[in-house]
Parts: sequence; structure tokens; C-alpha cells
Amino acid sequence: MASLSELTHKIRSKNAGPFWVTIDLFCEDDAHYKRVRDGLTLPVIARCLLIPENLVKRFEIDNLKVIKVSFQRKHFQGSRLDRDMHGAQFAFLLEQLQID
Amino acid sequence: MTKSTKILVPSGVLGLGFSEDALIQGLKRQPDIISIDGGSTDSGPFYLGMGVSKYSLEVCEAEWHLLMQARHDNKIPLVIGSCGTCGVNAGVDMMFDMTVRIAKKLGHSVKIARIYCERERSEFQIALSENRIKPLEPAPQITQDSLSKITHIVSSAGVEPIQKAMEAGADVILVGRATDTALIAALPLLNNAHKGASWHAAKIAECGAFCSTNPSSGVIFVEVDETGFTVEAMAQNALCTPETVAAHMLYENADPFILLEPGGHLDVTDATYTALDARRVRVEGSHWHSSDTYTVKLEAAKLSGYQTTLLTIVREPNYVAHIDDWIEKLSRICNTKIKQSMTNSKSTHSIDFRVIGKNAVLGELEFSESLAPELGVLVIVTADSQGEADDIAMLINPYLLHLPLSEDEPIPTTAFAYSPANSSRGAFFEFALNHIMKLDKPCDGFPLIIDEV
Repeated sequence: MASLSELTHKIRSKNAGPFWVTIDLFCEDDAHYKRVRDGLTLPVIARCLLIPENLVKRFEIDNLKVIKVSFQRKHFQGSRLDRDMHGAQFAFLLEQLQID
Repeated sequence: MTKSTKILVPSGVLGLGFSEDALIQGLKRQPDIISIDGGSTDSGPFYLGMGVSKYSLEVCEAEWHLLMQARHDNKIPLVIGSCGTCGVNAGVDMMFDMTVRIAKKLGHSVKIARIYCERERSEFQIALSENRIKPLEPAPQITQDSLSKITHIVSSAGVEPIQKAMEAGADVILVGRATDTALIAALPLLNNAHKGASWHAAKIAECGAFCSTNPSSGVIFVEVDETGFTVEAMAQNALCTPETVAAHMLYENADPFILLEPGGHLDVTDATYTALDARRVRVEGSHWHSSDTYTVKLEAAKLSGYQTTLLTIVREPNYVAHIDDWIEKLSRICNTKIKQSMTNSKSTHSIDFRVIGKNAVLGELEFSESLAPELGVLVIVTADSQGEADDIAMLINPYLLHLPLSEDEPIPTTAFAYSPANSSRGAFFEFALNHIMKLDKPCDGFPLIIDEV
């Protein structure tokens, strides 16, 4: 097991409009990319974010060695229970996630 | 062969700042136009709700002054979209007044185009009844109640209203809400450049130098032709590489390959990014797909109450260690007191406690067990009126300061950072639409007004 912060060189999270957050995981080389691609599956993401899988989109961008995770906000941007207007702190949640 | 179109983008948004040296470098490339964005929904619903700007007008005016001078010296048009952060009509008028003021100061005669993008609620309701409004995923529910509380609706203009102003020979084009990309794509598309390349170049350049190794340097230059586009950062210490350019396609985009725009979508699945040298990247292979119907995206904010906040800092180790128990007790006692003593208070109010230093940001998702030596307790009260929110906050105030964890211990005193501990925040807004509206013609509902000053 290793944490995603060890397997990536950058994880970036940002709102994509008021209703979505998108997280980009940049990998240094093919070996790390393959490990993140195989380990960071839809069920693993959904468990980490505590949201149903059908609210998550996952993309593999091989030429950039990037895995992209986009998900619908549980609380829309700026609504009463929103805690992070720009959605950037989800990156740190994923950084500590352990995968095989 | 059609001439290429050269676009200079000074920064991601007016008010954010850019390097003047880099702007001068960009102007040496003889751009055909200067395009800059004026806002977005990025900072939340308040700005659209109130119809006000996020950035300091003084800072915006200083930057706009530089761009007006550059426009005049180089005899090229200057276009800005999403005027005044949120793109309401008042934002366009604010930019119009500013443009006239600067033109007079500089002694320039200028043809100014204004494109308004705000939609009346009645127009929205007619479109709704004609089945021309469709929700995107996920969309807030449209109810009679939410409709009645909406303060502003804007629709994002595509390239067509902007092209109309260009064809009319406008020197300065002030657009209400527009897609970030439409501002940049309008001219190359008018010049018959490659459609996919025009939209893709616009997406890459819309945040200025974010697509380079030095995002804060601001100025970016794109040249679009019949087969693709070339992008270069204008600051000496900023480089565009295939990685930085391709990565920007991912930025703030839920889908890395598809970008929905008025009148169609951009698909970059087959795009190639090639380094021409250490500074420039060539991009080809992106495709534009026109749609059968022409739709524009709507944004709206509704008044959802009034807020008052309180903040205190807990330093006593026993209280830090038992912060959840303390908050639970605080919440219970305050809610009981509100029920007992504030009989006029409606049940729609909410009190949200956030413990800064524990889980204020991630909430139930927080994984860290470690606690800071001191914890901030932020209390957010939302109610139907400012008076009610203030009253509730004033009721909470003494408990936030002095509530003991158990009955048999001395009364504690937490640290208020300022007096009063409660701050009235005013109106509270929430986004109310994530919908698209079908138009018969791309310029419907985007009135164009041209003045010469």
C-alpha cells in the first residue's frame, strides 16, 4: 500500500462551475500512473468521498499520465452547508488515500 | 490562404493583475484583438445575487486604462466579457462608464458596444412554459418559491452577439455574461479559422498564463489559423510546454475532452500538443461539433436568508480535548433557549457550528486525528431576516463565551478576537439554476447598443 501523495507529483482540486468539483491527479512516470489508474477505482473514490458511484465521473488521460475525478457537489457551491467555496481542499483528502 | 488571427489575453480576469512588460511583448506581436474576461461564478453566488463586482473598481480601472491605451496605440479592438464579475446589466453599465471616463481622460474617440445578457424573470417563465428550459446535471429544483426569490438571471452569450459588435466596427466591446471562451473564439471564427482550433485556443488562453509554467505572469498570446493554433506566454519567465498547455484543458472542467458551448461542443480527444521550441506549443486535431438547436447556459442566484456569524477561540486544553462534547452541549442549550425565548423565530433558521483546527473544511470526511493547541469555533446563523439572525447570534454569544463543559467546574471564558463577537453579514444567496435555454436565433435576448464617444 502507498498513499496517493507518494504516487503522484501533484493533486489539484477545483470547482468546475457551482455544481461540480474536479480533481486532477498528475503522475510522474508510467509505473506510478499505472498503479494509480489500477488502484483508484470508482468504488474506492466513492468510499473516500462518501458519495454514490453514479455521482462520480472518472477519466484516464494516458498521454498526460493524469487520472481525473469529477463529482457532483453534495452541497452546491456557496449553499448553507458548503464548507469550501472553491472546492480545493478535496486534494488533501485524496493525498492520504492508501491504494494497492 | 486565410490570414491567421492573433489574440492577446492580458490575464485570466480584469482586476487580477498582469505584467506590463509582458503586455508590451505581446503588443510587439501585432495582435488583431485584446480579449479579457471580467468574471465568473467562481467566487460564489453573492456577486450575482447582489449584482456587484468582486474586484476593486480602482484596480480594474487602472488595468482598463492600460488596455485602452494599448488598444488605441495598436488600432485594434478590445473586448471584455462577464463585466463586473457576474455579467448583470449593471456590470456592463459600470464598465461603460469607466470606458467613457478613461476615453475622455486620454482624449480618445471610441466606438463602444454594449451587449446585455440579463434575462427578466417573466422571459424565463415564458421559456419554461414553452419547454425551452432544460436542466443540466445536477440542477436545483425550480419552484414558485425559488423563482420568487431570484434576484438576477443571466445567460452566457456565445460568439454571435460579439461578432455582431465586431462587424459593426466597435473599438471596445463590453459583454455581460459570456462563456469565457466565446470572447476569444469570436474573432478567429469570424475570420474563418479552424473551428475546433478557435474554441480550443480560447479554452487554453481564457485564464491567461495559467496554461504556462508561471500562472501569475498573466499575458498569453494565441495565433489561430486554418489547421490549428500556437500558444506562447509573453512573460520572459513563463514557458508554455505541451504538458502545461494540455493540463489547462483539465482545469475547472468536469470533462477533460468535451466542452459544451452555445451552438455545439468542442471535442479535444484527438488533439496533439507539440513543442515548436522551448516557449511555444502547437495544437492541432481538435474538433467542433455543431448542435441542431442553439442553447445558452443560464445562471441565477436567489435570496436565501440573512446571516450573522460569531467566532471564538478555545485554548483551555480540557475544552480542546472535548470540543465535540462542548459543541453538542452549546448547540442543545442554544436551541432550547431560542425555542423558549424567541417565540417569533421561524423554524427555517439554521445554526451551523464549524470547528477550525479539527474538521471545519472536510467535515465528516476529515481523516486527521491530530488537534491544534487552540481551536476556532465559527458559528454561522442563517435566518429569514437580518434582525432574526442578529437576535439568535446575540442569544448564542454569552454561551459561546462562558459555557462550562460540566456543572461542577468553574465557568470558562473563551477568546473573542474582537468586539462585538457577532458580525452581521447581510443577505445570503444561493445558486438557483443549472439550466440551458433554447434560442431561436443566437442573438435573441442579447441586445446590442453602440455609442461613439
